Amino acid sequence: VRFAPSLQSCSLWSIVFSSLQGVSLTAAKERGQLVFLEGLKSCLDLLFGEEEEPSGQPSPLQFLSESSSDLKSLFDFVRTSLTPTEDDSWKGVVLLVDDLSVLLSLGATPVAVLDFIHYCRVLVCSQLKGNVVVLAHGDEDSEDEESEVVVNSLCHHSDLILWVEGLATGFCKDVHGQIKIIKRVSLELTGEQDHVQIYQYKIQDKNVTFFAPGLSAAVL
Amino acid sequence: LVFTEEDKYGLYSNLLFKYFLAEGVICGHDLFVASAKEHPDTILKELPAPLLDDTHQNELGGEATAVKSEDFPDSMKIAWRYQNLPKMETSPTTSTKFGHYYDVSKTMSPELLQSIKWHSFYLPEELSLQPKMKMCNMNSAYARLLQSIQRIIYQEGFDGSDPQKKQKNILRIGIQSLGSMLWGDDICSSDTPENIHSLTKFLYVLRALLRKSLSACIITVPAHLVQNKAIMERVTNLSDMVVGLESFIGSERETNPLYKDYHGLVHVHQIPRLNGLICDVSDTKDLAFRLKRKLFTIERLHLPPDLSDTVSRTSKQDLAESAKLLSSGCGAMAIGKKHLDF
Repeated sequence: VRFAPSLQSCSLWSIVFSSLQGVSLTAAKERGQLVFLEGLKSCLDLLFGEEEEPSGQPSPLQFLSESSSDLKSLFDFVRTSLTPTEDDSWKGVVLLVDDLSVLLSLGATPVAVLDFIHYCRVLVCSQLKGNVVVLAHGDEDSEDEESEVVVNSLCHHSDLILWVEGLATGFCKDVHGQIKIIKRVSLELTGEQDHVQIYQYKIQDKNVTFFAPGLSAAVL
Repeated sequence: LVFTEEDKYGLYSNLLFKYFLAEGVICGHDLFVASAKEHPDTILKELPAPLLDDTHQNELGGEATAVKSEDFPDSMKIAWRYQNLPKMETSPTTSTKFGHYYDVSKTMSPELLQSIKWHSFYLPEELSLQPKMKMCNMNSAYARLLQSIQRIIYQEGFDGSDPQKKQKNILRIGIQSLGSMLWGDDICSSDTPENIHSLTKFLYVLRALLRKSLSACIITVPAHLVQNKAIMERVTNLSDMVVGLESFIGSERETNPLYKDYHGLVHVHQIPRLNGLICDVSDTKDLAFRLKRKLFTIERLHLPPDLSDTVSRTSKQDLAESAKLLSSGCGAMAIGKKHLDF
């Protein structure tokens, strides 16, 4: 499993994971099962760190300080950490990217971001037979054109889309929002339409409960 | 990272900014003040004085008891659903004491200020130094500010790099009017700015610094001047907490009888979710603020009841639209048509 969150720190993710499934992230990290790229930390190392890089390898967020806006160094980091060593027996590979939209905010062009995702897909899905999970921010009436381009393109290429949004009727204490699960069956060219399922959810301290629309605790 | 959208004339956001710093002084935290407009010394001289606890407690205590002694003689017959809702309280409960209260009409005494350590960054004075950072495509003023913050954090040991330091303290950072032209950024003056990513990059690195050290930061930004709305959306995603202040000065709402008790509205766009899945969401979403002679208070927007059914209010439509985002806790809001035909 490979994790590349850019916005939150590792400790937050540990808490979230352990409360959700009883899975311990630190244990997984030690076993070598999990590689975690903490975007916030490595950007600090890059910008305020020493002149000489001890390992000789460029930082994954090199695009921040160079004028070239491609995410090649980030992809190289992904590739090297996903290359299995001899004693590893990785059954399945998952690449989780938290917040692609942050890459846009940091100066990467939409094309560079999409190229990066494309390279990752080729690597993970075709070569390693794994999955890629990506999070991106998108709003229907947003004015952020670059973000819309990225989100639209991702939607076209994805097999499964989890579209999370707030309720159209506004804020509600018991229902925090709804999630649309879209299975892109139409990509398989069998002539079927995409399957769409809608659930509503409520976030609690350590858990998220899902229920069918209209069946929230407020109504029942 | 608290991100404040300034109101039109910057009056009230400056007040919030000073409150944040004043709270830092009272709690004994270190301060770092950065500004391109006023010299930080001037800002620090104008911090509001803290209120002595007893006088203010008495005031609030008096109000709270007055509310509680009101009895509803008849239980509601038609609007029976509302009976189950708790009684509306305009000001937050005083039982939980969090923070201090300040008297806006007096300034803080210099002795209090002397008790803490503060650092300043005044842009015109720092322009002569060359930035050593390797970041490209970022506004040099931002780069220098980041460098200065990082230097202070490292030198004073806020990031835990100095194990000798036993006394752990918090650094409160206040940055005023970021994104304005005084910082050399042109997002407020043009639709397609040259360095569109300067502010967002700055916020990302700042957040990294904050996460790594014991610090908290408030930033005020003249959001109403920023032409490109996409930047504001990205900035919202990058911050922990986003609060917008909208003052009524000069707008049509100033004379609106609905808002006559208040000086402006507070829009909470985002609440921080640190170390957990959920955040503390308050029941109501519409908050307004008012500046009395001594106090700056934020309270729930309380609309006077709609007593006459012939007088039409022009702003009811606007309210109905904004009510899409508001909770259903306010019983006085009537959304919909005026007349019911049977």
